[in-house]
Amino acid sequence: MADNKFAAYICSGCGLGDKLDIKTLEKIAQKEGKMQVVKSHPFLCNAEGVQMINDDIANEAVTHVCIAACSRRAKTEAFHFPTVAMSRANLREGVIWIVAEGEAHDEVRQEMANDYVRMGCAELKKMKLPAGNPDTAHSKRILVVGGGMSGLTAAFEAAEAGYETVLVEKQSQLGGWAAKLWRRAPFKAPHAEPQDTGLTVLAAKVSSHPLIKVHLNSSLAETAGAPGRFIVKIAQESGAITEETVGAIVQATGFTGYDITKLPELGGGQANVVDQAGLEALAIAANGGAIKRADGKEVKSAVFVQCAGQRGSGGNGSGRHLDYCSGHCCATSIKQAMYFKDQNPDIDTVVMYSDLRVPGMGEDFYRSAQEKGVIFTKAKVTAVSGGDACKVEFKDLILDEDTSVDADLVVLATGQVPSAGVELDAWTQLTAEADGGSDEAKQKIVVMNKTSVLNLTYRQGPDLPQLKQGFADSHFICFPYETRRTGIYAAGPVRRPMDMLQATEDATGAALKAIQAVENASLGRAAHPRSGDLSYPLVRLEGCTQCKRCTVECPFGAIDEDERRFPVFNEQRCRRCGTCMGACPVRVISFENYSVDTVGSQIKAVDMPDEFSERPRILILACENDAYPALDMAGLSRTVYSAFVRIIPVRCLGSVNTIWITDALNSGFDGVMMMGCKKGDDYCQGLGTRPLPHEQDRRHADPARPGTGARRHAGSRHHRQPARGHADQ
Amino acid sequence: MSNANVQANLSNLARYQNNFLKEVEANVEEGHMVKMCMQCGVCAGSCPFGPDWEHSPQKIFMMIRAGKRDEVLGSDSMFMCTSCYNCIVRCPRQLPITHIMHGLANYAHRIGMAPKGQPTRQFATLFWNNLVKKGRVNELTLTLGHYFTNGLVSGIKTALGMQSIGLGLFMAKRLNPMEIFGGHGVKDLKGFHAIVAKAKEIEDRKKGFTA
Ligand code: SF4
Ligand code: SF4
Ligand code: SF4
Repeated sequence: MADNKFAAYICSGCGLGDKLDIKTLEKIAQKEGKMQVVKSHPFLCNAEGVQMINDDIANEAVTHVCIAACSRRAKTEAFHFPTVAMSRANLREGVIWIVAEGEAHDEVRQEMANDYVRMGCAELKKMKLPAGNPDTAHSKRILVVGGGMSGLTAAFEAAEAGYETVLVEKQSQLGGWAAKLWRRAPFKAPHAEPQDTGLTVLAAKVSSHPLIKVHLNSSLAETAGAPGRFIVKIAQESGAITEETVGAIVQATGFTGYDITKLPELGGGQANVVDQAGLEALAIAANGGAIKRADGKEVKSAVFVQCAGQRGSGGNGSGRHLDYCSGHCCATSIKQAMYFKDQNPDIDTVVMYSDLRVPGMGEDFYRSAQEKGVIFTKAKVTAVSGGDACKVEFKDLILDEDTSVDADLVVLATGQVPSAGVELDAWTQLTAEADGGSDEAKQKIVVMNKTSVLNLTYRQGPDLPQLKQGFADSHFICFPYETRRTGIYAAGPVRRPMDMLQATEDATGAALKAIQAVENASLGRAAHPRSGDLSYPLVRLEGCTQCKRCTVECPFGAIDEDERRFPVFNEQRCRRCGTCMGACPVRVISFENYSVDTVGSQIKAVDMPDEFSERPRILILACENDAYPALDMAGLSRTVYSAFVRIIPVRCLGSVNTIWITDALNSGFDGVMMMGCKKGDDYCQGLGTRPLPHEQDRRHADPARPGTGARRHAGSRHHRQPARGHADQ
Repeated sequence: MSNANVQANLSNLARYQNNFLKEVEANVEEGHMVKMCMQCGVCAGSCPFGPDWEHSPQKIFMMIRAGKRDEVLGSDSMFMCTSCYNCIVRCPRQLPITHIMHGLANYAHRIGMAPKGQPTRQFATLFWNNLVKKGRVNELTLTLGHYFTNGLVSGIKTALGMQSIGLGLFMAKRLNPMEIFGGHGVKDLKGFHAIVAKAKEIEDRKKGFTA
């Protein structure tokens, strides 16, 4: 192995040269940082500056490069040196843009820059160029679970993009929920009339596509492996099993309607009180003619009750049903009222809503129904009686009176219940009980596993983790489609409540995510959010005490256990968050470019001023997914914050190892601040999973006012190492 | 009694059905726009008279859709509109609310359901009759007529109370006492009467009134 050669490059552009003493920085890099090559440049990120670095790499055999310039999130294309290890000292966003202007602050500004150069050099010394995971996985086929509108769209889009696709559908025909519809709400302008569902055409395209293989009457008996090498056992109703190897999975298992018989307070279960699916069935039977009830009577008046058993106490019903809005039902009722009006304008249709929610172009659809004479009334329904003559009792919220209306048919707009499979918290609980020897728990697990969709062999459970209300999502806003199982993407109403148009868009997005996952897996790289990262967790098994912390804490279910209870890493499932590294009490897990040492050495490199100098030092460990970008933003907007803080980006707060806190306090820091998401927020990737003693310190950390006063504090993972790291309590 | 019951039953049947809405669409100026109201309440909040009416425009529209024929046509709310156009300007659904208010008032008046003794309605009738007679408004007779709508005694009292203003107008040559004897008309009075008769005929035809 060739010798390592370390080099530091200091930029004096972007005003750095005016605000900082570059000579001092050079000296520090050389003397304290022990860099063999130290150069500065007035414009490091331009072609000439980059060429200078490339020349050194080529001619001087430089293997390690520290760039002391802007934030590591800036100029990533210019500073792209794939053949060397690299660290970045953030002097622009992290120093000159956030330290107050003026000579009075020259000294603290320079001290801050000096420290960041020391830290950049110290980190570099401990880094290695990631060699890449030799264990690549090459299947680029995509499995789609569910043959409804979302699944069909995902399969079709993936195939059109050139990827072989396997589609598994439980029923004997494609179509799912869409097959139960007479018409759909319009996708296109003028958004005035119900449209054909488009299912027949799409299903035909999928069935005849040369790259798509369809398995009907089938479900997944087992899913094992990782992105790029999933092995799924597809079980036919008959019991026959087919094995397929796929690279990524789109789960589009949709939803079921909320059970109408659970709504007796709204007439659920009585004759001529139907849910929206029930009305679709009547409309399909009528085939464009007069819609008839189950008893054959032609419907002359229909009442639609919105939010039936939805939106908690804000909707209609007892308030003890679904707490959310399913999003599609207002437009669906509008569409269904049109079924009547279009066939015979004299049929009376009343839609009772508390808030008519028709986002986007749905407003045009609503107007169109008003044109057709559908009556909309803001009402709280108090009772519904079914039977031959139905009666809906309600409070008219505009006229402020209790009244009632008679109808031939009452339609309840019930909600979507996701078909996400097994709920993992309950499963984990039962597994623990079963491990403890409970036979009852073992029985329950068997029953529970029958409801599984994926039947994953992961130690974390057989299905995708559910975020809220049973929906399989990671986070609605930040990471759409990205469930907490890498390479498995949820699309459509199984992910969050949605209508058909949204489901098709969702499915297309999920197909693209799946493609991203298989491509990265085949190159041995991280899928996301560190897309393209070649590092991966390395474990020194000799030192492992089989404590299982890493396997339990990995938020992405990347680690299994072997028979001897040693962790088995599935690198393709890994997101490089480092949570396992933070969890490991004996610190045997590391990455080539991110380890207990790379951060620990930075902490120790900070120069501590004299205790009585009134210049405290606060260490901030900032999550690179949210906090560090926010700090960069603070710099961009020239927000001044304390020059006494020293910030180290971490891959996730989960990767923080308690030893860092101890190191910080031992080396003289006055406090440590954790900046990222707080427990229970499941904000980015579900990583804020372990509580800190002062939760508020993670969330409301304000670098403008670090704990410099009497109350200095340090966060510590107290359940791992209780009573350590508390500064002054 | 039994008749009233039948009435009640009928209106019961019509609740939240399209019967009355259709009647309004057929007979009331801009009545076809009533169904387009989305019940946002912006008009109710914009109307300077909002707090003083029994029913805001928003409510009137919902009442029409709820089939409350008697309550709507017997209401004096529409007569309270001052045509300030605040509501029209603000309605997000672009309902010509002011026009609908006057259309409703007019319709209720024509079919005899408008409240008796409603002052706006009375004054409007007085104004119209005064205007139609000579083709121009006779201010003296209009004013006096207005004073005496509530009976002789109160009329005299009001007239006496307004004495000094009348005198002032007279001195400034803005009031001619001779107008009390019929007053002067427009040039072609016959032609004017023909125009009014034709207009009424057209309106009746459009709204389905048989003369
Ligand atoms: S780095 Fe994160 S995703 Fe990867 S194995 Fe460790 S805990 Fe799991
Ligand atoms: S135009 Fe009439 S109804 Fe409209 S705001 Fe003015 S007074 Fe009220
Ligand atoms: S502002 Fe227009 S849409 Fe809103 S309540 Fe009044 S009439 Fe209806």
